[in-house]
Amino acid sequence: MATATFKIWRGDKTGGEFKEYTTELSEGMVVLDAIHQIQADQAHDLAIRWNCKAGKCGSCSAEVNGMPKIMCMTRLSDLPLDRPVTVEPMKAFPLKKDLVTDVSWNYEVKKRIRPFKPRAPDFEDGSWKMHQSDVDRVMEFRKCIECYLCQDVCHVLRDHHMHDEFIGPRFLVYSAALEMHPLDTEDRTDDLRTDQGVGLCNITKCCTKVCPEGITITDNAIIPLKERVADSAYDPIGKLVQLVIGRAKD
Amino acid sequence: MGEITRHKHDVLIIGCGGAGLRAAIEASAAGASVAVVSKCLLGKAHTVMAEGGMAAALGNVDERDSWEVHFADTMRGGQYLNNWRMAELHAKESPNRVQELEAWGAVFDRTKEGRILQRNFGGHAHPRLAHVGDRTGLELIRTLQDHGVHQGMEDFQECTITRLLQDGERVVGAFGYDRESGEFRVFQAGAVILATGGIGQTFKITSNSWEGTGDGHSLGYHAGAELIDMEFVQFHPTGMVWPPSVRGLLVTEGVRGEGGILKNSEGRRFMFDDIPDLYVNQTADNPDEGWRYVTGDRNARRPPELLTRDHVARCIVREVQEGRGSPHGGVFLDIAWIKENIADAPDHIKRKLPSMYHQFKELAGIDITVEPMEVGPTTHYVMGGLRVDSDTQMSTVPGLFAAGECAAGLHGANRLGGNSLSDLVVFGKRAGEAAAAFANERGMGTVLDDEIDLAKREALAPLKRGDQPGSVGPYKVQTELQDLMQDKVGIIRKEDTLSEAVEEIGTIADKGAKMGVGGDRHFNTGWHTGLDLHHLVTVAEACARSALARRESRGAHSRIDYPDKDADWGKHTVVLKKGSDGTMEASRDPLPEIPQELRTIIEEQG
Repeated sequence: MATATFKIWRGDKTGGEFKEYTTELSEGMVVLDAIHQIQADQAHDLAIRWNCKAGKCGSCSAEVNGMPKIMCMTRLSDLPLDRPVTVEPMKAFPLKKDLVTDVSWNYEVKKRIRPFKPRAPDFEDGSWKMHQSDVDRVMEFRKCIECYLCQDVCHVLRDHHMHDEFIGPRFLVYSAALEMHPLDTEDRTDDLRTDQGVGLCNITKCCTKVCPEGITITDNAIIPLKERVADSAYDPIGKLVQLVIGRAKD
Repeated sequence: MGEITRHKHDVLIIGCGGAGLRAAIEASAAGASVAVVSKCLLGKAHTVMAEGGMAAALGNVDERDSWEVHFADTMRGGQYLNNWRMAELHAKESPNRVQELEAWGAVFDRTKEGRILQRNFGGHAHPRLAHVGDRTGLELIRTLQDHGVHQGMEDFQECTITRLLQDGERVVGAFGYDRESGEFRVFQAGAVILATGGIGQTFKITSNSWEGTGDGHSLGYHAGAELIDMEFVQFHPTGMVWPPSVRGLLVTEGVRGEGGILKNSEGRRFMFDDIPDLYVNQTADNPDEGWRYVTGDRNARRPPELLTRDHVARCIVREVQEGRGSPHGGVFLDIAWIKENIADAPDHIKRKLPSMYHQFKELAGIDITVEPMEVGPTTHYVMGGLRVDSDTQMSTVPGLFAAGECAAGLHGANRLGGNSLSDLVVFGKRAGEAAAAFANERGMGTVLDDEIDLAKREALAPLKRGDQPGSVGPYKVQTELQDLMQDKVGIIRKEDTLSEAVEEIGTIADKGAKMGVGGDRHFNTGWHTGLDLHHLVTVAEACARSALARRESRGAHSRIDYPDKDADWGKHTVVLKKGSDGTMEASRDPLPEIPQELRTIIEEQG
């Protein structure tokens, strides 16, 4: 039977190294299958994080041949198998063990984003009227499975480690989903400009390239947010109008 | 190492899927301090995989729908073994639970009038499933997660509970370990809610994620709680069959709801060949009527592809066994054919079933807008679980509650698609409310040191034994159990193989109990798998023993030696309890009488 060799990163916070494992191949296999086989046969304590194995939960994120991927959707038939396939943990987050990283920072960031605040219901039964076109607009963002590959590849986080100043592409997508939610009334533009660092994104579009859900992160989420922030904070004519209207109201 | 971190909360919730999160929100709202402990990261639980939608009689698409019709559909689908009160509460409360999700930010597909759109699903008389494309589970879990984290709950992610702690009968907390550090945690609580989901990992072919190892079923059972209906394991008719690495992966019923048809290798729509008596009045007898139904003709009856899951799964098995299967041992599910009827079919399919399109394209190299899919049954859901009070979700052990898949009663012998997501939120809420009230009334119980010591010894035992020469290791033992269950406790069952299964499960349990694992406590997946085995063998035995006890065929339980329904069994439930000598005891209990007014509803909905 055909085999393939994998160079898997083994180690923890204190250090580690790549170890080679060779395993048998079967038709349609994905990287996660190979890792499972290696775990069952050769390395019982190999730490991986996975859950649905169907591209729906976003748990098994790793770097396969240097590319951020969810392992369950990466088919071996799409990789060159004449040389070892390298599998290593995401680099933008601290390592726990082997292929598992500490992604808790993402959960903390999310808590800081102002939650959904709906307008008053449209109907007496407490429900709202929304049109499919309104729904479709945010649907792309709501597809996100929180695999954090976009965070992993973003140079602001990965290379410049600006985790305190910048919330990263995932949470810009999340903010866009809230800001463009047909019922939401909250205003997040000030937060985006200040604490959340939307200006730090310089639109290299790496996040869009790695998104397993095919979300056009930069063009559809981040750029519109940048425009909203610019409109509210830096538009002199808008400010003047606001000032006048504000006075008139007084 | 060796330190134990202690926590104290009014309500401890084990599991962070839809039921656990909904319970957490409700318990927090009642003023309780809440801990949510989960094996996975928040937002990754199996609920995320639900595709088709959430059943609620909103009546937005067909105003003839009502809680009464939903109730009758649920009871019929469950072959009347359901707990009638749970079915009633579920049908009445699910519309509010859906609307409340919208208030928390969920976005559902819409009707032309701007209301929540509802789709057709097997066994539902009217279009009833609120949905968003085919990723409704993600929408549900993300909404609950994002709302829940602002309501005050404390979460303990990647932490596995291995034992419930008791003071006398009452459950007063739980013992577990952090997956990363391997260090122990003791959670003391006024009330504990199990929301751990299903048991799919007991079988070889399953749509369930790794977490479906029946932890809640087993934790509750070992604490003395009763399990019921464990013979009823739902084999979803349409899982992927090819390539081997994705065998079992779910293909949503939504494909059939949108007009997908099942065909055998001869090109015949075999579902027309066998329509059960219970459904003959509601089922189309020709393809044209079926198509009219899925496209909204209110006078048409539903196509036979939308019969209940148990029946469709059996028909597929029959086609394969009789040599009319697809090349890889399934049958064909065709949605591409709708291009004969609608102009923009490929776009329509991609819009209505985006993740199915993606899944087949990426994993099987198949374009479902052009070619049919190959599908076959996959272990999907367990109707059985902890016996609970219908209104409070408290199990038969004081202080221990259960909600969602690990609780039993609502679905009877077979669950209707779409009734699971609504189950999670209806009964998750009820459990959260009742657990908070229980904790408030009774206060904290006492966690005994002996209990903690025992739990600690138990958890460390596999590591202490260490890597044994010649041992196959935990993964292979798990595989052995899965193969056994698939072969002998699967879709078609019989006395002798079920008896063998019970015996062999015992042997595997012994092997598991004696097994050692190498490595240390630091994120040691071998150790984790070894500890989960205890739960897996418990639920496997529960399924096999219940299946052995029920000498009839009904709903998801099919016996070739007892192929028909038995009127007397139709009035009884199989109950499992841990005996005083530690062995599993099966008995049968009569079902509670359905009140006359509900009986009338069932009759009227005929």
